[in-house]
Amino acid sequence: MLFNPPVIALIMVSVVVTLMLLAAAGLAVQILMYWDIGSGSERQLILERRTYLVSTLLTWVFASELISLMLFIYNAESMSGQFVGAMCATGVLNVNAWGWPALFLKLIIFFSGAVWLAINHLDNQGFDFPLVKVKYLLLLIILPLVMVEAFVQLQYFLGLKPNLITSCCGSLFSSEAEGVVGNVSSLLPSTALLLFYGAGLLMMLSGTWFLWRKSGGWVFSSLSVGAFIASLAGMISYVALYVYEHPHHHCPFCVLKPGHDYAGYALYLPLFAATALALATGAVSRWKHVPSLSAVVESNAPRLAWLSMMLYALFFSVATFFVLRSSLVMAPFW
Amino acid sequence: MKAFIRKQGFLIDFTLSSLMRRKGKNIGLLIVYGLIVFLLASVMLFSHALRKEAGLVLQGAPEIVLQRMVAGRHALIPADYLDAIESIRGVAGTEGRLWGYFYDPAVGANYTVMVTPDYELSGNEVVIGAGISRIRGVAEGDFFSLRSDKGKTYVFKVKSLLDSESELVSTDLVLISEKAFRVLTGIPEGRLTDIILKVRNPREVQKVAEKLVARLPDTRPILREEILRTYDSIFAWRQGIVFVLLLGALLAFVIFAWDKASGLSAEEKREIGILKAVGWETGDVLRMKFWEGAIISFSAFTLGYLAAYLHVFYSSAVLFEPVLKGWSVLYPQFDLVPFVDGLQLATLFFFTVFPYTVATIIPIWQASITDPDAIMR
Amino acid sequence: MRIELSNIEKIFNRGRHNEFRAIRDVSMEIAPNRITCLKGASGSGKTTLLSMIGCLSRPTSGRILLGERMISGLPERFLTDIRRHTFGFVFQRFNLIQGLTVLDNIMIPAYPLGLDHGELKRSAKLLLKQFGLERVSNNPVQWLSGGEAQRVAICRALINDPGVLLADEPTANLDLKNSREFMELIGNLSESGKTILMTSHDPLVYESPVVDEVVEMHDGQIMVK
Repeated sequence: MLFNPPVIALIMVSVVVTLMLLAAAGLAVQILMYWDIGSGSERQLILERRTYLVSTLLTWVFASELISLMLFIYNAESMSGQFVGAMCATGVLNVNAWGWPALFLKLIIFFSGAVWLAINHLDNQGFDFPLVKVKYLLLLIILPLVMVEAFVQLQYFLGLKPNLITSCCGSLFSSEAEGVVGNVSSLLPSTALLLFYGAGLLMMLSGTWFLWRKSGGWVFSSLSVGAFIASLAGMISYVALYVYEHPHHHCPFCVLKPGHDYAGYALYLPLFAATALALATGAVSRWKHVPSLSAVVESNAPRLAWLSMMLYALFFSVATFFVLRSSLVMAPFW
Repeated sequence: MKAFIRKQGFLIDFTLSSLMRRKGKNIGLLIVYGLIVFLLASVMLFSHALRKEAGLVLQGAPEIVLQRMVAGRHALIPADYLDAIESIRGVAGTEGRLWGYFYDPAVGANYTVMVTPDYELSGNEVVIGAGISRIRGVAEGDFFSLRSDKGKTYVFKVKSLLDSESELVSTDLVLISEKAFRVLTGIPEGRLTDIILKVRNPREVQKVAEKLVARLPDTRPILREEILRTYDSIFAWRQGIVFVLLLGALLAFVIFAWDKASGLSAEEKREIGILKAVGWETGDVLRMKFWEGAIISFSAFTLGYLAAYLHVFYSSAVLFEPVLKGWSVLYPQFDLVPFVDGLQLATLFFFTVFPYTVATIIPIWQASITDPDAIMR
Repeated sequence: MRIELSNIEKIFNRGRHNEFRAIRDVSMEIAPNRITCLKGASGSGKTTLLSMIGCLSRPTSGRILLGERMISGLPERFLTDIRRHTFGFVFQRFNLIQGLTVLDNIMIPAYPLGLDHGELKRSAKLLLKQFGLERVSNNPVQWLSGGEAQRVAICRALINDPGVLLADEPTANLDLKNSREFMELIGNLSESGKTILMTSHDPLVYESPVVDEVVEMHDGQIMVK
């Protein structure tokens, strides 16, 4: 194992976060079992007060998960000097089979966290806590996810041996590479372009529909997941080339480097925030029929959708800006 | 939204005044917290700066160093190997080097003595590093003596001092003419310490190394990339060890924070009771306490980090140079190049703010759920 | 605003050996814009009843109607929200926060509402002027005399302009002169349209001519007149 402070920090955080979630899950089980909103008993009062503890714990869990996602990528980036063949985060994630799964799990936890916090926030505004069962069941589903993530990450770090030879973005994200990543990278720029803007357009249309007709929140959410995936694919197969001004450099991490004006932050931050908000829109709008929530849903869901669409628009504008600014001309490769 | 922001403003306002009303307790907390940040940040900044420095130095180093091995030991390399190497494709240049170590019993230090074509030195002239100049108290124009392998002492005139820009590696350096070096060490003509190779295309380095081993089986090529990797992991590892040692201190800090947060004075409990009675909700008290933690963390983090920054970059890390550097009596004195990065900040966050926050969640919650009618009883 | 209680029970430590029934089957009505006084010995349950009416705690069973709205059974979060806009509290031991100025103390109940800072300060100053406390407004509260401290507590209770003022043993820590002044103030507030509910075992309060109605409590129950 590589023994450096970020790795120690990441392992420590994953353990502490798991423990916090376990504690929260324990409370959640009690709440699910004994919850009786109509009762004035002391036990009910204690349970109600425990919901505050669960909310606080979870807010911190998800905040820590977000920072740990960033640290995970920074760390992979910084360790690239320690492996033969690694030039950026891609190479370090490739060192063993656990690297990419750990990253994907972190992404999934980030988005589930956003959804959970949105539902929790909504529930706290209904005087009869109508979603108490839903949100604590959801919490019990997130718990194993976080535990698996802690395990996978630990395996990944334990398997990091400095003498391992890895392959970096040059070979992973190349048209000759096998598997999904290779397929994505070898997408014809024209196809990628179509997918990239097409998915974005669909998502925007469904968002507009939602704002206009106040229905179809879940369509907007699902399309935003599609747009998220298409955007990442588009980043790899298309936008990245223009940022690097190199027709064969497909890496999704090198954009975060100072050498590329930190372009990655301008692209990823709006994209991730927009997707999280779009998922929250679907999660919130789903409860319009609950009497004690309908007013809140009525005012909150469109706000979330609106914000999400603005951020998506920002993402697409920034991506387009990088493409237009670039001196790379792709025509010969189309 | 406006109301939300205003409300946070009021809460922060109230928190600040509440912190000021309990100066003693909070300053104590701030000092301990800041000290933890200071310690960890110093270790990180310092070892990262060292690593960077080493990297900068190695940037100018040759891609490959070729050594001859005899019975598994480093041995002198014949100068005619140079011809065999030059014909390998991809090699842009070669140079034979003469260098070695000299132990100076007078000061108990090891010098690195080296022949370099960069300075035109006559047989009795040397150029020395800043560390030697300090320890021996010799300056430009002074005389400097070395003992040969036969026990004879030779006196050299110091032609100039090496500048201190990269003192980390040049501090113990003595540059000398080839003739003088051979006389001092007794290395015969036609033999070299090692050979360096320049390879223009970095992708060919590996290939060239393989060819070298095939053509000259008694040699060992050392690649710059390999040294860099080793440096990287050694520095990261040292830093990791120090962090693990500091985990004890961190744990003590967590317990301290827990104790501070849960041991509310009667006065503080009464205050929270009043707030709840006059219309603050549990969530409001939680948020107020959140702001309190944020203000304390931010202050401690900023103070500790700033102090560490000054400590490392402006006082050359006086506190733990000996731990992380010291492999020689000749101590390099150098100004590290300042820098800040996200990796460090996020790591530091997880070693300081994160434990503090986790330790205080439950005590804060316990305080916040005070019965609103508690003060009426 | 009319407040109606029916069959209110409050049981502490239910099901344990130290179970204690503080309120037993209380039903009553509090008329709007009048001064009502709960009278009774200490331990008779009047403070517990006051805290339930004021949404500081919840009854174990029974119904409380506030105007048209049923408030028993609401979670704490919402009780707090109702309380902030409906009730102002004056406590027996004033309960001002030491170390803060008079002005800051008065504004505290309004903080969670997120009002405009300037406006809030203006209305706080207006209240202080009304109660003759202008010149102490920037003093820390520990400098105040007993009478002044209580008037500050009343200002704090009124900052969110509640319809109902609740006072728990308001004269217990006052001398005779200040107690009389307090009753006078209460009378004025009632005339300006506030509903007032007090608990007291001080004859000066429940025998005062400004009190419209006296309800006597004993052992958690209301004594029939």
